[in-house]
Amino acid sequence: VTSGVFEKAREDRLEGLFHLLSRPVAGRAYFAAVAVCGAVVLWAVLAWAYQIRTGIGVAGIQRPVFWAFYIVNFVFWIGISHAGTLISAILRLTGAGWRKPVTRAAEAITVFALMIGGLFPLIHLGRVWLFYWLIPYPNERLLWPNFRSPLLWDLTAIFTYVSGSVVYLYLPLIPDLAAVADHSRGLKRRIYRALSLNWTGSDREWHALERAMKLMAGVILAVAVSVHTVVSWDFAMALTPTWHSTIFGPYFVAGAIFSGIAALVLVLGALRRFMRLEAYLRPLHFDQLGKLLLLMCLVWSYFTAAEHLTVWYGKQPAEYAVLEARIYGRFAPYFWAMVGLNLGVPFVLLGIRRLRNIQTVMVSGAAVLIGMWLERYLIVVNTLSYPRLASAWGRYAPTWVEISITAGTFAAMALAYLVFVKLFPIIAIWEYEDVGHG
Amino acid sequence: MVIDLDRCTGCSACVAACHAENNLPLSTPESAANGRAVHWIRVDRYYEGEFPDVKVKYMPVLCQHCDDAPCEPVCPVYATYQTADGLNAQVYNRCVGTRYCGNNCPYSVRFFNFFEPAWPETLELQLNPDVSVRPGGVMEKCTFCVQRIKRAKLDGEQNPQPACVQSCPAEAMVFGDLNDKESKVARMAESGRATRLLEDLGTKPKVYYLSRAT
Repeated sequence: VTSGVFEKAREDRLEGLFHLLSRPVAGRAYFAAVAVCGAVVLWAVLAWAYQIRTGIGVAGIQRPVFWAFYIVNFVFWIGISHAGTLISAILRLTGAGWRKPVTRAAEAITVFALMIGGLFPLIHLGRVWLFYWLIPYPNERLLWPNFRSPLLWDLTAIFTYVSGSVVYLYLPLIPDLAAVADHSRGLKRRIYRALSLNWTGSDREWHALERAMKLMAGVILAVAVSVHTVVSWDFAMALTPTWHSTIFGPYFVAGAIFSGIAALVLVLGALRRFMRLEAYLRPLHFDQLGKLLLLMCLVWSYFTAAEHLTVWYGKQPAEYAVLEARIYGRFAPYFWAMVGLNLGVPFVLLGIRRLRNIQTVMVSGAAVLIGMWLERYLIVVNTLSYPRLASAWGRYAPTWVEISITAGTFAAMALAYLVFVKLFPIIAIWEYEDVGHG
Repeated sequence: MVIDLDRCTGCSACVAACHAENNLPLSTPESAANGRAVHWIRVDRYYEGEFPDVKVKYMPVLCQHCDDAPCEPVCPVYATYQTADGLNAQVYNRCVGTRYCGNNCPYSVRFFNFFEPAWPETLELQLNPDVSVRPGGVMEKCTFCVQRIKRAKLDGEQNPQPACVQSCPAEAMVFGDLNDKESKVARMAESGRATRLLEDLGTKPKVYYLSRAT
């Protein structure tokens, strides 16, 4: 009799969560948000079309700053993608109990951020209509792409990461897709049924799923670390002053995780507020993620200090020209803003326990996102403005096309998320079925 | 190629000749201000001393046709590569415009076509038929006037001269085959005054500068 009562209570709890997540998201406000994001995305697509038609010259790039906003955004979004897989994989592998309401939200960020970030290498191409020449298959003259080019490594790494992340998002979604099918009728039922691969919930299926998830968590960790290392090698393999640095691999990985957690707390905060998930996303989760953010803040600051101090002390003319502009010169406002946003804000708000709450964690997240974008801006634009021969020094300023496309990617992220929460449960419901598995 | 900095007067005849020979786009004050002016060869100026006692040194800088060219390995589509003759060649048709080569060139001698090429009316009638007009979205740079080298080979002529060398009134520039130890360039490159630009990077440039004695 007692176990029956518990069983009933558990089912009621799951039912409650299910209805919370499947309820149409806040009616009119929801569609207004979709419309606004959609409009910004559409504008960005038009700007890109204009750029393809007129020539990449409508962007602000020039000699010597051949890479600018698009590459900054590329690194930024690939960095954000580390929110999901990495954090959720670590939490899964270490069996952290508080992960339950966090993992799917994080994994979805990864997939969307990679889809957006992966577009930028295309957007920045001079002749984007020939992008398929970069794909490794021999052309009609049996010429393969150049595997010595870091850009080829990059393409391979990101393609692997996208495929892996989609699988990693999909696997834990399967039982929930079956649950959605059970709760719906007609065509919708058939679609979700098919998406769940006719999941029945047998012991054999659970066993296979758990093994697959564990395997993928391990694989995706390795892939995530290697991806941002390879992204950093786009820079570090070049001879360009201040890019050619051995620290870049770990520095980029740390920065990526740092910005990834920042994005995650912002998304969780928004979900909590707009989907009324206060009962699931509790202060505890923000407190834990806040501590994680603080840890990465310290790691990032350590790398940044190590990187800049050695260049400053060494005073090699070519490298020092870049650093001088960064610390005292034209790029100083960006640099010191970055230090304040990436170190100052999170260190004070999260380091002092009395100040650490949901609001301050979110403020820190927002500060870190801006700060990490500025970090990439400095790495790309500041460095390229000061090539070795001073006669070629130059200045870059973005144009409306670059700004529009950048804004469009943020809107695209929001739009993708809005659609995702409507179609799929944003919290892994089955993880709350703590009997036998999970 | 050898460039004797003692002889260079900074007159920029080489720059003008290169523009005429290689179908370079018109460089206007606007394109210069935007950082989009294209000069396959440029004359860098170095100032020495305090005003009014100032000395100016000139240094023509063009693609150094490095043996170990940093631009070559980073190109994902082999648009830039080392020819059997030792030229650093740019294949416009292969280029997709990642501009990585431009970032990785320590001499900043690589240029990008931001738009489809266009010339004011009548000027398009004077294009050199031996030189491709580059489409928008691709990189370009000094070729050592490869069209002249090819033509000389076909016609069985000796000593092809790039436009810059031919037009230098001070005869500061000498072009030839460095592999031919008897050639004038090879002998000049052996001179005690010979240095190479940013030689410490290990790029092994094929342009030698004879430093100023005065």
